[in-house]
Amino acid sequence: MTKSTYTIAAVLLLVASCAFGADAKQFRVCADPENFPSSNRKMEGFENKIAEVIARDLGEPVIYIWWGQRRGFIRNTMNATLKEGRCDVMIGAPAGYDLVRTTKPYYRSTYVFVYRKDRSFQLKTLDDPILKKIKIGVHLLGEDYSNPPPVHELAKRGVVDNVVGFDTFYSAQNPPSSIIDAVASGKIDAAIVWGPTAGYFVLHQKIPMAMVPIPSAKTDLPFAFDISMGIRRGDDVLYDRVEKAIDRNRADITKILKDYGVPLLDRKASAK
Amino acid sequence: MKRLSIPLLAIVALPLFTAACGSGPVVQAPGAPAASTASAEDKEWTMQNKNYASTRYSGLDSINTGNIKNLKVAWTFSTGVLRGHEGGPLVIGSTMYVHTPFPNIVYALDLTKEGAPVKWKYTPKQDPKVIPVACCDTVNRGLAYANGKIFQNQLDTTTVALDAETGKELWKVKQGDYKQGQTITAAPLVIKDKVISGVSGGEFGVRGFVTANDVNTGKQVWRMYSTGPESEVGFPGSEETWKGDEWKRGGGTTWGWYSYDPELNLMYYGTGNPGSWNPDQRPGDNKWSMTIFARNPDTGKAAWAYQKTPHDRWDYDGINEMVLVDINIKGQPRKVLANFDRNGFAYMLDRKTGELLMADPFVVVNWATGVDLKTGRPIENPEKLTSSTKNTKDICPSAMGGKNQQPVAFSPKTNLIYVPTNNLCMDYEGVQVKYQAGQPYVGAIVVSHAGPGGNRGEFIAWDPTTNKKVWGVKEGLANWGGALATGGDVVFYGTMEGWLKAVDAKTGAPLWKFKTPSGIIGNPITYIGPDNKQYVAVLSGIGGWSGIGVAAEIGAEDPTAGLGALGAFGDVGSFSNQGGVLTVFSLQ
Repeated sequence: MTKSTYTIAAVLLLVASCAFGADAKQFRVCADPENFPSSNRKMEGFENKIAEVIARDLGEPVIYIWWGQRRGFIRNTMNATLKEGRCDVMIGAPAGYDLVRTTKPYYRSTYVFVYRKDRSFQLKTLDDPILKKIKIGVHLLGEDYSNPPPVHELAKRGVVDNVVGFDTFYSAQNPPSSIIDAVASGKIDAAIVWGPTAGYFVLHQKIPMAMVPIPSAKTDLPFAFDISMGIRRGDDVLYDRVEKAIDRNRADITKILKDYGVPLLDRKASAK
Repeated sequence: MKRLSIPLLAIVALPLFTAACGSGPVVQAPGAPAASTASAEDKEWTMQNKNYASTRYSGLDSINTGNIKNLKVAWTFSTGVLRGHEGGPLVIGSTMYVHTPFPNIVYALDLTKEGAPVKWKYTPKQDPKVIPVACCDTVNRGLAYANGKIFQNQLDTTTVALDAETGKELWKVKQGDYKQGQTITAAPLVIKDKVISGVSGGEFGVRGFVTANDVNTGKQVWRMYSTGPESEVGFPGSEETWKGDEWKRGGGTTWGWYSYDPELNLMYYGTGNPGSWNPDQRPGDNKWSMTIFARNPDTGKAAWAYQKTPHDRWDYDGINEMVLVDINIKGQPRKVLANFDRNGFAYMLDRKTGELLMADPFVVVNWATGVDLKTGRPIENPEKLTSSTKNTKDICPSAMGGKNQQPVAFSPKTNLIYVPTNNLCMDYEGVQVKYQAGQPYVGAIVVSHAGPGGNRGEFIAWDPTTNKKVWGVKEGLANWGGALATGGDVVFYGTMEGWLKAVDAKTGAPLWKFKTPSGIIGNPITYIGPDNKQYVAVLSGIGGWSGIGVAAEIGAEDPTAGLGALGAFGDVGSFSNQGGVLTVFSLQ
């Protein structure tokens, strides 16, 4: 199936004339080719599965435009120079993400602590004094010197020297799973990870692991986020169709998220 | 909006210039021809910045202040590629070599024939996955030439040598791995038997390095890093300015220009911002990011290093070009390295020792009140520190820099450096939900906007002996194209609207302009054609950071898109459209 997606991408220019006509009936998804468990080229991620559910509901085949989710992602996919290279939908986009028009959120998740259950400590908040002593792995995000919000708050609490960075420029050499593998192997004592990224690997680790949502104090940045689908700005028709499709398929979507170990928070309770 | 406390730099009137000229500091760039006499080497344009001193000065004077009004288009050439066209063509003998952004095509154009037909075309076979995986924009800053070979760096980090006659690949080497965020956009520079290349990808924690490869075989001779232990940096003092082993993702990439002083046998370049940590998570100076390096090209060892912005909090990526000029400072003849940094300061250093001689703002600067010449450290303004959890208004210059990668020119006839500058400030404000690698986070909104006066750019003439501005021509948009100075006392530069402009080298008075098909972010060159006429050539093709809105058709409705560039340039599309065209001019 990888091959067929490749082919689709490769002949996109050829089919563009028909694909982009007024009758175009394709569910064109912008996705990261190497970011399992969210999405990958092999269609193994939970976002790949959710895309299938929505596309089936809309009666359209899924077409992917692949791009690493980093600086330039929207610019090179939804807003690509050549109209033939454009896509219309991001399956996971934080509510309020400005570059796209976000639908009603369909799940809410949070940054979590991950550590081996056989460790002698338990982590509940960023104020646990043990955090100054153990080796903590965190993901590094690029752009504007922004990092995951709990990492900012750790720095504010003076937890700096014992924090180890893990790249998020994902590739075969450096997959999203590496931070959980490092917890399993004892290279680090605990990790702070975005729940949907951590959940799948924690679920499939042989070593039992604790996954604890990190509560944010009043003065902290938020650690929990509502996740929506992101629709290309200006395509209001598609926006309405996708929102309705989400409503019709909530149960199926939630099942996929649970199957992938995504920690889900109650959206109503935590909305502020 | 809060008023800026620092007023717009006054435009210094003519008398100062005359005075500077009258006192007659002896100014001579190493390797540059004697003033006002075009030398044999001026017939060609063999390096991106004309010569090792990076003066972008040609002694050619057939086109001059008296006749430039007759400058007309001689011929044009479409590169077939959209996106930003940085750098400029090379002219070797009667062949012109033109490069493009990704897919990094090279054209050899035959100047002996009417309309300059294509002699050969080289299209590299890069992994098609490089585009979705590569970190950055797809610009390329041009080719290098030596001994019958054309050298090119490609986006996927391949360095290639081509037969200049046939375009045949002679060798190629991979300098890095785009799957780790490494790419190359910078032009190579050939020094003796080595081709020198840098690397891009600082936003992704790429650890910057410079590589020397053998010109004949491509074999790596040495590689030196910007951060880490002395054995890998070729200079002490880096490792202890990082916590733990964070220097391994320390940034300090090397995507700018390279200069060389054959007499001192030192090459010069700047390194970029430190790695992707928020500043609070990388305490220390983070050496040698944001640094001017002087290295021995034979061994790679550094003779000195000077860090301009320790512990960067503004993304003042310190890679701008080093111009080598021999001038009198306070009555003393000095071998000077001039650097107009993104952080807004014009640095004049002794290029043999690295001693800081002068450092003064060349645009509106308020993040620091000055530079301590003894310690070399900026005197930071605590009110203008950035934080993603705090609002900071009106930081000048913006992250796009008082000047970006567009190179300056230096004329030994006027003793002035011509600098394309940006008049841009920025706000770090509020919090906004962002998204990367499948992870939502909260970051500051960075919005660039015009500085005091409302003009977004100014093309200025700078006296390096006093470190002061002599004159300036305000531009509506930022100056994102490089400068060219000539023996005809005409200075050329392009604008983002697409104008190629010529001004009087002494006064800045406008002399001539022509609107090319797209915005100009490339660098004009001049040469003598096989018909013995002087030509001026420039690539137009809007893109790069400032032009990203047009290049990618992002609307102005999102001022934070393109890392804050659209706040300042959301209207570029009303002046210019995407393109990729070489326009060549001559007197008619």
